[in-house]
Amino acid sequence: MASKFTRSNSTGWLMAGPATALMALFIVLPFIFAIGFSFTNQRLISPNPTQFVGFSNYSQLLGVGLLTLDPERDDAGNVVREADGSPTYPALRGFTRNNADYPHLDGMREWFSVSLGESRTYILARDVVFMKAVVNTVIFVLVVAPLQGGLALLLALLINQKLRGINVFRAIYFMPVVVSIVVVSLLWRFIYDGQSGLLNNLLGALTFGAFPRVDWLGNPNTALGAIIAMSIWQAVGFHMVIWLSGLQTISPSLYEAAAIEGASKWQTFRYVTWPGLRNTAVLVLIVITMQAFALFAQIDVMTSGGPLDSTQTIVFQAVERGYGKQDISGGSTISVILFVFVLAISLLQRWLTREKK
Amino acid sequence: MAQLSADNHGLRLAVRYTVLGLIALIFVFPLVFMLMSSLKPDAQLLSDTRSLRAFLPVGDISLDNYFDAFRRAPVGLFIFNSVIVTGVTVVLTLFICSAAAFAFVFVDWRGRDLVLTLILATLIVPFETIAIPLLLIASKLPWLGFDGLTFGWLNSYQVQIIPFVADGLTIFLFVQYFKDLPGELIEAARVEGASWWQVYRRVVMPLAGPVLATAAILKFLVMYNQYLWPLMVVQEERYRPVMVGLQYFFQLNRAWGEIMAYLSLITIPVLAFYLFLQRAFIASIASTGVKG
Repeated sequence: MASKFTRSNSTGWLMAGPATALMALFIVLPFIFAIGFSFTNQRLISPNPTQFVGFSNYSQLLGVGLLTLDPERDDAGNVVREADGSPTYPALRGFTRNNADYPHLDGMREWFSVSLGESRTYILARDVVFMKAVVNTVIFVLVVAPLQGGLALLLALLINQKLRGINVFRAIYFMPVVVSIVVVSLLWRFIYDGQSGLLNNLLGALTFGAFPRVDWLGNPNTALGAIIAMSIWQAVGFHMVIWLSGLQTISPSLYEAAAIEGASKWQTFRYVTWPGLRNTAVLVLIVITMQAFALFAQIDVMTSGGPLDSTQTIVFQAVERGYGKQDISGGSTISVILFVFVLAISLLQRWLTREKK
Repeated sequence: MAQLSADNHGLRLAVRYTVLGLIALIFVFPLVFMLMSSLKPDAQLLSDTRSLRAFLPVGDISLDNYFDAFRRAPVGLFIFNSVIVTGVTVVLTLFICSAAAFAFVFVDWRGRDLVLTLILATLIVPFETIAIPLLLIASKLPWLGFDGLTFGWLNSYQVQIIPFVADGLTIFLFVQYFKDLPGELIEAARVEGASWWQVYRRVVMPLAGPVLATAAILKFLVMYNQYLWPLMVVQEERYRPVMVGLQYFFQLNRAWGEIMAYLSLITIPVLAFYLFLQRAFIASIASTGVKG
């Protein structure tokens, strides 16, 4: 291929140079910096020189500990009980503050606890809020990826039929994708409102007032679910279109063959459609997963991480520290942790696509 | 018998359209609600949510909310900023990324494969993971301003534009498209004595219409809807884009009518643009799913 008419080092660098330089400066460099800063105490503006601090940012964020406590007993050896009959335990503070016997628990707080018989095991974390953020993000990803991917496929199958005016429906299902997530979040904040929210009124009307009013975003039990539902609504059209383009690559002759064989609708899907969508499926799942890990705008506009940290997320925490508290090293450390999550997902994709070739 | 099956067919069609229609309602109701609410005074807006009136232009309808929104915040300025930032970024991106892709596909140069691999590798780095260190870099970068050399890009247009003009996805789209163009065409032009610049401008770019549209639409959506980055780097009202300008409407007395008017104002142009170029929008998303 390389002839004297296509060889030119200077032209190559001249044309690809600007893009390469910009990406080096604005993507590669910050990425390397993120890793570097995560081992220092870098701040956005600071009178003191930056110092190397090793893994302390990581242990500060990810440090967890276990502590099993036996219930308190009175002089006779009986378990001291609360008014509701549950045993009382010694205060955690005694173990996590300046206790020479438990140096590894110093500064930790209770994340959650489980009872095993009489004793109680406390799972402690150095940074409980960040732990909640990680758990919420993982829940978000685990719910959104299969649900949004599945619904998008259903919509794509529905839209893929030959019907007059089908393009109108396709256009409508896709519409929320072009609307900013910030606009959509604000709009849904109003829809979810506990007082005059559309959703409560709708549910009330459908059940003739039997459904109690819920402050969807103000209740720790419903807030994350409400954000999940809204996020799926906004982006499902995006993935519907990717599925649709996958569907259109499947040869019509395969469907004809299936029809001649007398395959049922389900059989056709199972043995013709689904195998043809393998690569699309992996792509859709990866894209959704990467987008889901980056969850931020919805949180910032709708709940700011509340109520009771029930909607904290990894990116929200990174921004709160890196920008809000100007703690660049803390924010960078969270960014690196996020990248490790995303990288793991991408490697999984590699493995999934390579496997059955 | 034929009559029966025809009826059956008609019934099935009706069921299909009903299902499609009900799903369509789920996707449009919040947007209809937004547009209708923007026309109503606050008191009516709130009471209307109790019935289907929420989705109808009924009662005390006016454009007052829009005028009030303009009075409350420099809405015109925000829209101007967004148009500048989005427009300039899209144009620069198309130019810089297509030139790079041209070099990757048609020109044979040392280091080509390595650089392309690195650029495509950046596709797995989400912007959110580099935003914080990028904030520090942006705060220290030099810039040749009208009044001389200044340091620190915070509060400016360039901080919202330049970091985004080269991106892996756009380069990837161009590379995929250029690969399908006949290589002989380029070779022939070279043999005729055309310079690389002439080949790019006269031969390749005139054929690149579809991919230019795709890349432009995707970049437009990303840039116009940006939120996290301008939130961090733009504190001054002067450079604020529309999404961040939204914060003006979240002071203590929350006027929902004005909020809905502002939301409509920044959404209607995009929706209109989308409905007008609907096929191109959908094709652009579909092509991001092209397996590379």
